[in-house]
Amino acid sequence: MLDAFGPVPLVEFNAVSNTLSGQKPRVIVSKKVAPYVLLLPFLLVFVGFLIVPMGYAFGLSLFKTALVGGTRFVGLENYARAVVDPKFWDGVWLLVRFGLIQMPIMLSLALIFALILDSGMVYARSFFRVSFFLPYAVPAVIATLLWGYLYGPSYGPVAQLATALSLPKPDFFSPGAILGSLANITIWEYTGYNMIIYFAALQAIPGDLEEAAKMDGASALTYALRVKLPMIVPMIVVTVIFSIIGTLQLFSEPYLITNLARSVINSNFTPNYYAYTLAFVAQQYNYSAAISFLLGAVVAVFSYAFMLLANRGGR
Amino acid sequence: MGIVGNTTRSPNFRRNRILLTAVLCIYLVYTLVPLFYVVTASTKTNADLFGTFGLWFAGEFNLWQNLVDLFTHQNGVFSRWLGNTFFYSLTSAVGAAIFALLAGYAFAKYEFRGKKLLFALVLGAVMIPQTALVIPLYLMLSKIGLLNTPLAVILPSLVFPPGVFLMRVYVDEAVSNEIIDAGRVDGAGELHILSSLTFRLLMPGFATVFILAFVAAWNNYFLPLVVLSTSENFPVTVGLSIWYASATLGSGGNLLFTVVMTGALVSILPVILAFLIMQRFWQGGLSAGAVKA
Repeated sequence: MLDAFGPVPLVEFNAVSNTLSGQKPRVIVSKKVAPYVLLLPFLLVFVGFLIVPMGYAFGLSLFKTALVGGTRFVGLENYARAVVDPKFWDGVWLLVRFGLIQMPIMLSLALIFALILDSGMVYARSFFRVSFFLPYAVPAVIATLLWGYLYGPSYGPVAQLATALSLPKPDFFSPGAILGSLANITIWEYTGYNMIIYFAALQAIPGDLEEAAKMDGASALTYALRVKLPMIVPMIVVTVIFSIIGTLQLFSEPYLITNLARSVINSNFTPNYYAYTLAFVAQQYNYSAAISFLLGAVVAVFSYAFMLLANRGGR
Repeated sequence: MGIVGNTTRSPNFRRNRILLTAVLCIYLVYTLVPLFYVVTASTKTNADLFGTFGLWFAGEFNLWQNLVDLFTHQNGVFSRWLGNTFFYSLTSAVGAAIFALLAGYAFAKYEFRGKKLLFALVLGAVMIPQTALVIPLYLMLSKIGLLNTPLAVILPSLVFPPGVFLMRVYVDEAVSNEIIDAGRVDGAGELHILSSLTFRLLMPGFATVFILAFVAAWNNYFLPLVVLSTSENFPVTVGLSIWYASATLGSGGNLLFTVVMTGALVSILPVILAFLIMQRFWQGGLSAGAVKA
């Protein structure tokens, strides 16, 4: 588009700060250079605090530090160890099970609520929209503390209710319940967020489709499920991928709840937890870096596999 | 929009409407119960926290005493944490939003070499596990002597790739090429066009990215947990989690349970208020992302 107007050889501009300070030195910047100037600040921090650390971590993962002999280059040895490390794969497997519980519940709730709100067939629509989104404003740390209290065996309201009704107290931190308890925290936190995203996508669908559907005698339900839902499938795919990424990186919730569930949550409960323990408890930075990269690879594989699946299903 | 005002004011429609509203009310209760619990727990004495029903107030209204305890516990370090969180979030968000605005504008309105690759790289950054980034950051920051300083939290938080994505989408929509070309015909420089002609148009997008970056920084836990080591530098999230850990371990006395809840209340109120006041912006931003993605 821009090329249609031909290259503008040299263009002047006044740097904003200079204008403010009253001096007006003229800096010459061509249209070709302008994007690089604009990108520079972001790229500086992006490279400095993302690309370089990643490169550094990758370098670390190729070395090994031993008490005897110091640090030496070992090539892919750490990775060879990591890919057969049961502590790593236990964590991945746990998160796969966690994700299979958490994601379908969270995303289908989000979708149902978005469709209901979008249909306009409720009272106090914007009140619900904002209320459902509120948990997203609560830091994950605080959300976990809150639910930790609610799950509590003596001061938690659930246990209190059970006692009052002389039922057995539910143990939210038992091996069988811990995944559900953690899943519930993340469902509470992120359902509203996903709902808002679906809602926005639904609202962007042009209204004339609705007219056409009505002419054909479609009910509101048919219209929502047959016309609107298929149109936001790309958005659903995006949210699933973001959920996969978020799930595989789970750390704060189990980390904070460790004290309450000592017998269930160990230091390699999730891969990120494992990498954290390796680095900051065991001081094994090299192996920890390899575990992190392997996790990155697992995230990429899962996301990519889901995209392939979604594409095939779409055809 | 939606199916309103069509066939509609029939009894059938009203019945469905009541039914669907009831469905939403069930989830509303679930959403609000934990938030309500913070409020009731903050008003109780520690004995009442254990001795009275969690989801209602106790006879004794102890909120003021809890607030006093909260702000005097460990020499009043909590107010310091709040201040830190504000400072870290504000500086990170201002920086991140400005950088995202400039970069997003460049991606939206210019063709240049390496554009596709660079944008893919920015988006791909979302997949990087926190630990993969935070561990090397910790080692690098320790080498340049920035460990346990505010900069250790702020500098990495300036990188906010979702902001670049949102700004690109937003600029695409909000700024027409005609405006920019008109500016060029008038002889205005590229950056001059950005700063004067389009800045007003870009404010809503900027505000959205600012809010999202602010919340991300406010909620940040893992990075400060790792790179900060002394209590006076902690943000609220790290500080409260440490109090919580010692409460659950039983050390430091049971006093901490109510103090932690009061601290939770005090630290979520500002964000919730900000969200309520600035609804227009975050909803607008999320919609922009939704429409394009």
